[in-house]
Amino acid sequence: MASGSQSLTFFALVLPFLAALAAPFLTRVLKHNAAWVLAIAPAFIFLHFAGLLDTIAGGATVSGGYSWIPSLDIRFSWFLDGLSLTFALLISGIGTLIVLYSGGYLKGHPQLGRFFSFILLFMGAMQGLVVSDSFLTLFVFWELTSITSFLLIGFDHKREASRRAAIQALVVTGLGGLSLLAGLLVIWIATGETELSGLLAAGDTMRHSALYLVALVLVLGGAFTKSAQFPFHFWLPNAMEAPTPVSAYLHSATMVKAGVYLVMRLNPAFGGTDAWETVLPVFGGTTLIVGTLLAIRQTDLKLMLAYTTVASLGILVMLTGLGSDKAVEGAVLYLVAHSLFKGTLFMVAGVIDHESGTRDVTKLGGLRRAMPVTFAAALLAALSMGGLPPFFGFLAKEEIYAALQFQDGWHGLFTLVAILGNALMLVIGFAVALKPFLGPRVATPKDAHEGSVLLWLGPLALATLGLVSALLSGTAHHFVSSPMASAVAGSDIAVHISVVPHVSLPLVLSVLTVVLGIVVYWRLDQARAAIAGLLAAIGWGPDRGFDQTIRGLLRVSFGVTRIIQSGRMEVYMTVTFIAIALALWAPMTVFGELPDLPDMPNLPFYEWTVLAIAAIGLGAVVYAQDRLTAIVSLGIQGFAVALLFMLLGAPDLSFTQFMVETLSVVILALAMTRLRLHPSDHRPTNEKLLDIAVAAACGAGFGLLILKVTQMPFDDSLSEFFKTYSYVIAHGRNVVNVILVDFRGLDTLGEIAVVMIAGLAILALIRVRVPKPAADGKEGG
Amino acid sequence: METALSGLVGLFYAVAVYLMLSKHTIRMILGIVILGNAVNMTIFAAGRVLREVPPIIPAGFDTPPESVANPLPQALVLTAIVISFSFFAFLLVLAYRAYQELGTDDTDEMRVAEPDGEGPPPMGY
Repeated sequence: MASGSQSLTFFALVLPFLAALAAPFLTRVLKHNAAWVLAIAPAFIFLHFAGLLDTIAGGATVSGGYSWIPSLDIRFSWFLDGLSLTFALLISGIGTLIVLYSGGYLKGHPQLGRFFSFILLFMGAMQGLVVSDSFLTLFVFWELTSITSFLLIGFDHKREASRRAAIQALVVTGLGGLSLLAGLLVIWIATGETELSGLLAAGDTMRHSALYLVALVLVLGGAFTKSAQFPFHFWLPNAMEAPTPVSAYLHSATMVKAGVYLVMRLNPAFGGTDAWETVLPVFGGTTLIVGTLLAIRQTDLKLMLAYTTVASLGILVMLTGLGSDKAVEGAVLYLVAHSLFKGTLFMVAGVIDHESGTRDVTKLGGLRRAMPVTFAAALLAALSMGGLPPFFGFLAKEEIYAALQFQDGWHGLFTLVAILGNALMLVIGFAVALKPFLGPRVATPKDAHEGSVLLWLGPLALATLGLVSALLSGTAHHFVSSPMASAVAGSDIAVHISVVPHVSLPLVLSVLTVVLGIVVYWRLDQARAAIAGLLAAIGWGPDRGFDQTIRGLLRVSFGVTRIIQSGRMEVYMTVTFIAIALALWAPMTVFGELPDLPDMPNLPFYEWTVLAIAAIGLGAVVYAQDRLTAIVSLGIQGFAVALLFMLLGAPDLSFTQFMVETLSVVILALAMTRLRLHPSDHRPTNEKLLDIAVAAACGAGFGLLILKVTQMPFDDSLSEFFKTYSYVIAHGRNVVNVILVDFRGLDTLGEIAVVMIAGLAILALIRVRVPKPAADGKEGG
Repeated sequence: METALSGLVGLFYAVAVYLMLSKHTIRMILGIVILGNAVNMTIFAAGRVLREVPPIIPAGFDTPPESVANPLPQALVLTAIVISFSFFAFLLVLAYRAYQELGTDDTDEMRVAEPDGEGPPPMGY
């Protein structure tokens, strides 16, 4: 591939991040019209990727990259086949419309610039995720989508519900991300591959690996949390706290499909095994049924759509798991159809909310005259969602039924699941798209009228695309469906289905679905009441479980903090000194490094005397009953140390010690006479025994350590150096002084600096007085 | 001499630790002063004890005579004595000011940063 095109692809990957940087400044100048400028970035990316359509449709792949961490064989690399390209086009195409829509939806919002910035960041992360080749870039972008999604869901951060939803989404998808990382590492260990393209080319290596099941469970942990599969589905409806453009983009068209993308991407390497063909359909099918049932129960437009999104993700996982060519075709068609109609319906729900002031479906009706364009978009999308011809959704549903159609008991079960799910999906589609527009006009909080062009452009464009792509199904299949299905299946597949109905079992099943759906729609209120009653009977759900887990975590950490950080100084000190004693004793005893038993030292009488004076001084400090005794005793031990230095050939030390001890005693006496303090403390006996034990262990440990050190051979090369060169080089006769002021002059400078800083700190402590808090407890000026 | 010195230094450490385990700041400061002396003597002893001859080069020689005291630990300890003195002075003033502000020298009653009986954190989001 030509390097010019390579750098252009790289530019397309970086562009959203650059646009995110520019967004706040542009918005400050242009207000909501900045949307028109910012939409250029995703539009450019869309055109760039659209330019690759022909190459990919010809069966080729596009890859490229740069070396990132060469020592670990990690590259920043991308890889585009039918699957990646379709995702990339959806992300940039819908992204363009969403940016425009945001400009209309959040017009006049004070944080609009920040919002643009976040959504473009997300776009960049998602774009990177679907074209990543290297595992590491895949993971980085994966986590980046979680983080940007957190920012977007919590955009309205002053409401607690928003914060909760944002944290919940981050915790669930973030944990899944870690699971994915572990899974990718296991794949790396099992196959030695660090890139997806390499893994796909490796054939059966992964399937036959002993680590297959481990890798599968870990990777699915990431995919299922991201794509809201039961029982991790609860975060997705809560994410509807985000502004509607976010719901339309992240939580229907793109981010939640990341898990599906991953599953589809790994299908050629992981699929076809019993585990794969059991786990995915079962989880997907369960998610489909749970999602649709919960959707029926809702009255909020966005929540109804959110639960059908959960259900749709279930279908996709289920079909990918079944793995036959037809199932893969169905999944591919449904994925594209869903992105088009669900993005539209979310935006429609947003327009209705924006213009009428409510999203409650029971309080809406008769808006068709007031909002004709929105109604048209909603109708087109709902028909596609319901799987009626001649829409793209119809193609998808036909293909799904063609893949299932009661081949055997196992497929028969999923056929029933699919019929029920699709029928209920049709119900929701109609409830969202028809209920608010048909029937008598219902009074709404705001006087509804058609939104601005920014608002209706996106939904109308997407909905029309759902119709056009079905009518021109040959072209759509050639450029999108067939290459994508081939990439998912790992072998060449040509998709042929068109809108012309042909009498067969799938068509019969379709008709059955529509009839069932219309019956339920007619009886929607009763169905809603029935499911509400069922859920009330169950009572507990994973959503409440999340709250309980978080609260439990808070309580546990509070309890642990109370134990570790008790706020009692003597506990901290005791623990510290016990640790020191252990650090002293453990190595000596474990490694048998205790010192040899020394002989009784043979010292002159005056040296014994000085040692005894020091010991007596120490004892007196401990036992002193009044201030003066304590101070004087402290002086005694200090002067004894000074005497020792004098006797042992260190006159300089001795003089300094005398001076310092004298000063210490004087300062201490001054301070202690000013304070009414008890110099001795009366500890309870048990505390006293513990303290004595700890002190004795520390003291004995240090004593033994010094004894051991002095029994070791001594390396005096440094001392010899100073002795030899002290006069010759530095022209000083007192070696200690020469070391201080010459050889190690910089250390002495540091010492002086320490003394100076201590002096300044003391000055500050004495001079600077903060006024005492006032009597009512408020902080004084 | 090293044997006797290590015994004495062990005693210094023990007394210092015992005093620092007290709840009263003033006792802790006494402990810290003694700890400073203990550490200084540790460094001194680790450089081995050669008695009575300070490391000074007599006039007319280029190097000191054989068997003088080790000058290196002396230089280190000299620095350490001064630093531990300034540390002591700072701590003393700190304790003095703490007593003035809080009216106590008992660390159990100094609870500005970690109030006693603090309830659990708010359970919301």
